[in-house]
Amino acid sequence: MNVETIPPVIQVKNISKSFGGIMAVMDLSFELNKGEVLGIIGPNGSGKTTLLNCITGFIKQDSGRVFFKGRDITGYPPHKIADMGIGRTFQIMRPFYTLPAYRNIVVSLFSPRARRFAGAGKLGDRDAVAIDILEDVGFERDAYVPYKPAGALPLGYLKRLELARCIALRADIMLCDEIFSGLSAAEIATMVPLVERLNMEGSTFIMIEHRLRELFRVANRVIVLNFGEKIFEGKPEEALEDKTVREAYFGKGKEVVL
Amino acid sequence: MAMTKRRERLDRGIRVRTEGFYALLSWREIGYLVAPRAALIIGLLILPLIMPNVYWQRVVCLMGLFALLALCFDFLAEFVGLICLGTALFVGVGGYLSAILNAWLGLPLLLTIPIATVGGAIFCTLLLLPCFPLRGIYFAIMTLIYPMMAARVIEALGILGSTNGISGLSGFPNIWVELYLIIGVGLVCLFGLRRLVGEDIGLVLRGVKDNDQAIKASGMNITHYKILATFIASGIGSFVGSYLAHLYQWAGLSLFALDFSILPISASIVGGLGTLAGPMLGAFMLTPLSELLRSLGGLRIAIYAIILVFFIFFRTEGLLNYAQRKYHQFQHWVEV
Repeated sequence: MNVETIPPVIQVKNISKSFGGIMAVMDLSFELNKGEVLGIIGPNGSGKTTLLNCITGFIKQDSGRVFFKGRDITGYPPHKIADMGIGRTFQIMRPFYTLPAYRNIVVSLFSPRARRFAGAGKLGDRDAVAIDILEDVGFERDAYVPYKPAGALPLGYLKRLELARCIALRADIMLCDEIFSGLSAAEIATMVPLVERLNMEGSTFIMIEHRLRELFRVANRVIVLNFGEKIFEGKPEEALEDKTVREAYFGKGKEVVL
Repeated sequence: MAMTKRRERLDRGIRVRTEGFYALLSWREIGYLVAPRAALIIGLLILPLIMPNVYWQRVVCLMGLFALLALCFDFLAEFVGLICLGTALFVGVGGYLSAILNAWLGLPLLLTIPIATVGGAIFCTLLLLPCFPLRGIYFAIMTLIYPMMAARVIEALGILGSTNGISGLSGFPNIWVELYLIIGVGLVCLFGLRRLVGEDIGLVLRGVKDNDQAIKASGMNITHYKILATFIASGIGSFVGSYLAHLYQWAGLSLFALDFSILPISASIVGGLGTLAGPMLGAFMLTPLSELLRSLGGLRIAIYAIILVFFIFFRTEGLLNYAQRKYHQFQHWVEV
């Protein structure tokens, strides 16, 4: 018997991407297993979002391969990758501003992947399913919020809306780009349990984050990037003790007491 | 002391929570919703009957076909985000297809119009297919170039009757068929498109306009939806071209003229972008206006331009958007 036969959900092999002369991601490899929450951290401009864009096909990498459940998805167009079950949120949220919040979710429910799953609704009751999902991520059902135009929602709700879009897609793995940033402490306090619960229910996460304290509560493992290179991979608690990580964040020779 | 007054505006209480949901409790409230729609349908149906002579009845035909083109433009620009400055391409392709089928191959009018509509839609969609990765102004310029290029190609190669065009198409049996065909198709297209953009698939189309990245991230191919929308719009445009060719019993280079691209846009601006019915009403106002101004000769364009500028400055949102807002509110003066 060997356990090795179950391939990791996502396997990234030697990905490199440069913009002009700048190496955004340099020869990066990692694996992600089912049910894991992987945090990706690093200083600004260290290639975190680029890495995520390469995995989801929004950017074509210069070299390297990406595998999803053992299948090579390198070079697939973004919609095909999403259709296979890789959901993502955007760092800069651009909802469909003129549509009411729940109709934003109806758009995702209309996707081929969501329609393949039962319960996504036939004619008419997609609206109801959308409101259920929104309630799930913390929109108050009986309040006016789910019916508000998305352009009028506060930031906290927009982040939830992004997450709801992944849920509507029935994504196996959710790639979250800074869903905690810009939120108040109170808003984050309600977002963290949401991520924890989705993880308990079987979703796998890759989270790019700058709010380390909250990230470390949910993450099983972190990868630290600096100038596109992986400088650390391991347990969250050990990341901040690591010398190279401290140098990347605080500069050489400086001692900062956390 | 002078009494100061201010205007108080109250929403009529029939709209619940969000767009598209109404709570109707009485016949009066139903009538309130039905009235504008009924007025439009009945108004359009009796319009040909009140026209004084055949000349003005012909103008109604022109109004109808420009209304359909304006509908095309509004649908593509406001609901799919494809700013199409080349509705003349659809008109030209539909017209020439009809001419070839009718004058050269001898097919009857009952067959040529549907074939030209579908065939024109397929042809135009294929032509625009390479432009779909372009967005905004770049897509607009490409669509503007196509009809001009088509006219030059026909002229240079001397094909399809060259500058003389193709004549000898069979006309409609009488003026009433001409009138009610275009008005009927106009109404069907208007209410059909309104239904389409309200359905779930219409939401996806609007999503393509607002944020195509999110549509991709939801696992949908945006090119499919752009093809679908362009097919519908160019089908309507090709129908107009085919109708026009049979109306004048001639298809020529003037089918690719800039008028067919520009007038629908100004009609949309005057009527109110994003309402579908607004651009149609705009076309029904602007076409007779340009006919009335015809007697002024050279000044016609200047006056036409002044009217457009007036609308752009003082009614930027367009007539129907303004009217809709007023219609959904009670307004009265209260003392402060």
